[in-house]
Amino acid sequence: MRKIAIYGKGGIGKSTTTQNTVAGLSEMGRKVMVVGCDPKADSTRLLLGGLAQRSVLDTLRIEGEDVELDDVRADGFAESKCVESGGPEPGVGCAGRGIITSINLLEQLGAYDDSEQLDYVFYDVLGDVVCGGFAMPIREGKAEEIYIVASGEMMAMYAANNICKGVQKFANTGKVRVGGIICNSRNVDNEYELIDHFARELGTQMIHFVPRDNDVQRAEINKKTVIEWNPACNQAEEYRRLAMAIEANESFVIPKPMETDRLEELLLEHGLLAA
Amino acid sequence: MNPDPMTELDQISAAQLAVANRELGPELAVPLPRDTPDGAALATALVESYPPKVGRKRSKHIRVNDPSTIPTIEANSRTVPGIITQRGCCYAGCKGVVLGPVTDIVHIVHGPVGCSYYSWMTRRNQAIVPEGEANYLPYTFTTDMTENEIIFGGEKKLLAAIREAYELLHPKAIAVFATCPVGLIGDDVHAVAAQAREELGINVFGFSCEGYKGVSQSAGHHIANNGLFKHVVGTEQLPDELKVNPIRVNLLGEYNIGGDAFELERVFARCGIELVSTFSGNAQYSDLARSADANLNLVMCHRSINYMAEMMETKYGIPWLKVNFIGAEATAKSLRKIARYFDDAVLIDRVEQVIAEELAALEPVRAEVLSRVGGKPVMLYVGGSRAHHYQSLFADIGMPVVAAGYEFAHRDDYEGSVVMPTITVDADSKNIEELTVAADPDAYEQRKSPDEIAELAERGVRLGEYDGMMAQMAKGAMVVDDISHAELERLIAEYQPAVVCSGIKDKYVIEKMGVPCKQLHNYDSGGPYAGFKGAINFYTEIDRMVNAQVWRLVTPPWATAPAPVG
Repeated sequence: MRKIAIYGKGGIGKSTTTQNTVAGLSEMGRKVMVVGCDPKADSTRLLLGGLAQRSVLDTLRIEGEDVELDDVRADGFAESKCVESGGPEPGVGCAGRGIITSINLLEQLGAYDDSEQLDYVFYDVLGDVVCGGFAMPIREGKAEEIYIVASGEMMAMYAANNICKGVQKFANTGKVRVGGIICNSRNVDNEYELIDHFARELGTQMIHFVPRDNDVQRAEINKKTVIEWNPACNQAEEYRRLAMAIEANESFVIPKPMETDRLEELLLEHGLLAA
Repeated sequence: MNPDPMTELDQISAAQLAVANRELGPELAVPLPRDTPDGAALATALVESYPPKVGRKRSKHIRVNDPSTIPTIEANSRTVPGIITQRGCCYAGCKGVVLGPVTDIVHIVHGPVGCSYYSWMTRRNQAIVPEGEANYLPYTFTTDMTENEIIFGGEKKLLAAIREAYELLHPKAIAVFATCPVGLIGDDVHAVAAQAREELGINVFGFSCEGYKGVSQSAGHHIANNGLFKHVVGTEQLPDELKVNPIRVNLLGEYNIGGDAFELERVFARCGIELVSTFSGNAQYSDLARSADANLNLVMCHRSINYMAEMMETKYGIPWLKVNFIGAEATAKSLRKIARYFDDAVLIDRVEQVIAEELAALEPVRAEVLSRVGGKPVMLYVGGSRAHHYQSLFADIGMPVVAAGYEFAHRDDYEGSVVMPTITVDADSKNIEELTVAADPDAYEQRKSPDEIAELAERGVRLGEYDGMMAQMAKGAMVVDDISHAELERLIAEYQPAVVCSGIKDKYVIEKMGVPCKQLHNYDSGGPYAGFKGAINFYTEIDRMVNAQVWRLVTPPWATAPAPVG
């Protein structure tokens, strides 16, 4: 079983990219579980065709001790297994602690057991690595492969670089490695070259360049992944390529995060800071 | 160790005690025994086993005393991790010390159950409430936060707990105390308290006293003072029938451990001193609410309550007087100061009469105990004022204090309030709110004019000042702040004290060394030790502890067999 976590700046398209990639892998016949690690519990919406299930933490709160795996896990597109960790409303409680509790419960319930015959588990993690709880998937070997979603926008690259710092910290003591940067294009000038260079500078690779396409939004309005909504469209093919690139990936590295100065130099080199 | 205690006593007893009895100046320390180890050498030896950086840091907390030129000592700074400190947490200072003793406030601890359970009645705060009035001291209240509240937030559960407590008990007031996780997840205890206050029509107020704040429980005292001042003091008027006697005081920083406040209430009543409130031993909510109508604040534990005294002086015009009711001579002196402050001939006479009667009853016990314990050395490592106050009690029975220090005090508690302007405010202290207080246009009433205050000072009644511990200690005595376990063991080995006064964390270690230990946080099972009758109790207790050889007679298992390893 490959254990993958998707990180990236807030709003960069982690959940959309994750679900479309999972759709591609599931379509290929892989058995995949997605664990949404976002209190908004919207990481599996496209696979499930809407917000259809109760989160682990809500279930734990309501049911107390008596929780079954089926209470918190639902089947989505192409037999993908969907779990939402859930969490508190904005501004209260501790969402990070919620993720820790949720993943521990999934383990106890046997969600990762060999009998489940999973090929992949994907963690879709909220925003940056903001505290211990959000780093949970990369601690203690919960996730071993990290893909970072980024675009050619400066703040997305800052965030990606920061996430690499978090990964580096845990990589030195554990098995977690970076598998690559997924470029979710925002149509920034020279974006392909910039992210490709950025990824190599971090010691990893740009595993795929996902072009910007309004079909993604159209599929989302229909509460579907692109592959389910229109299997024949160009963007569906892009996600399949991303899925295959991950399937075939053999490059797993301890990242080398950059100093801020170097990151800015990189942007200059690619003409981004030019007036 | 002391060849002939009585020889030492001849130098100190009759003449000096008589002087102290008449004068109101600093009390006199019992001279150190002749064979006391050299302080300077010992101060160096104490830090030898530390890594250099720790040694340098700890050295600043260790001073050999000189009452004529008081040395500067480092205090109220972060404990070196791993040295095994005596200190407690901010929550302990706020709930456990200052607010906890109030009998008819329901004290709800917002946090996991342990914070409440392990602070349940451990201080031995006592209370005798008037007939028909509530006493919640035997209870403990907690929101019992679990993982669920940590993740989803605990405000709803807190509000539910407040409502439940109200429905069950209908208390006059409810106080809410935040523990560490509350601060981490950001539950707003003040907003919940405000909502409950509105809804229930009683006073509900919160304290952000998360345990991790500050460097010791001292932060919690300050937070407690701020909260009481903001939400309670001055919210009720003293009824007119209680305003007949102008000799009205508040007793600040007396927590009624082992019944100390009972004894002081008795003494005050005999003297005709009306006690409006005690902060907070044997106190009721309304006492505190009416405290702005007193005419003098007496400060016992300066460390935990000086903020309140200062703020009340600014807002209401009530001066404060540092007193010490621990020790017969110290008690007599404090009563005389109060009488002189009020400048009332009847009071002055009554005070003298009470002192004469009480001392006459006490003197035979004191003299007899002194004959058995006089000259034997004592060490005190405790609290933020007790290590000072109890030196007066030991002086009564001629026992020299060879070494002393506080657990959580600030520099002014060692060196005197004169150094307060020179105390560096560090980041840890800045984290604790400092209230901005101004004179209340309606309630401010100047009790003493600046001229009167200056005149009182000339007559030995210095208002708004505290001399600190070091002024009262002998030259050459060892002062150690926030003592570590290793340092304490070393000092015991060097000084061979007859008794050590400390707390629960060290008690059994000390006793394993064959030295009796008196806990001064909770008095073990004893008390009261304040006032005159309390002093008799303490003399007797120390006599028993020092002269019972039980710890020295027992051969402990580790003396004959190697200690188990691992």
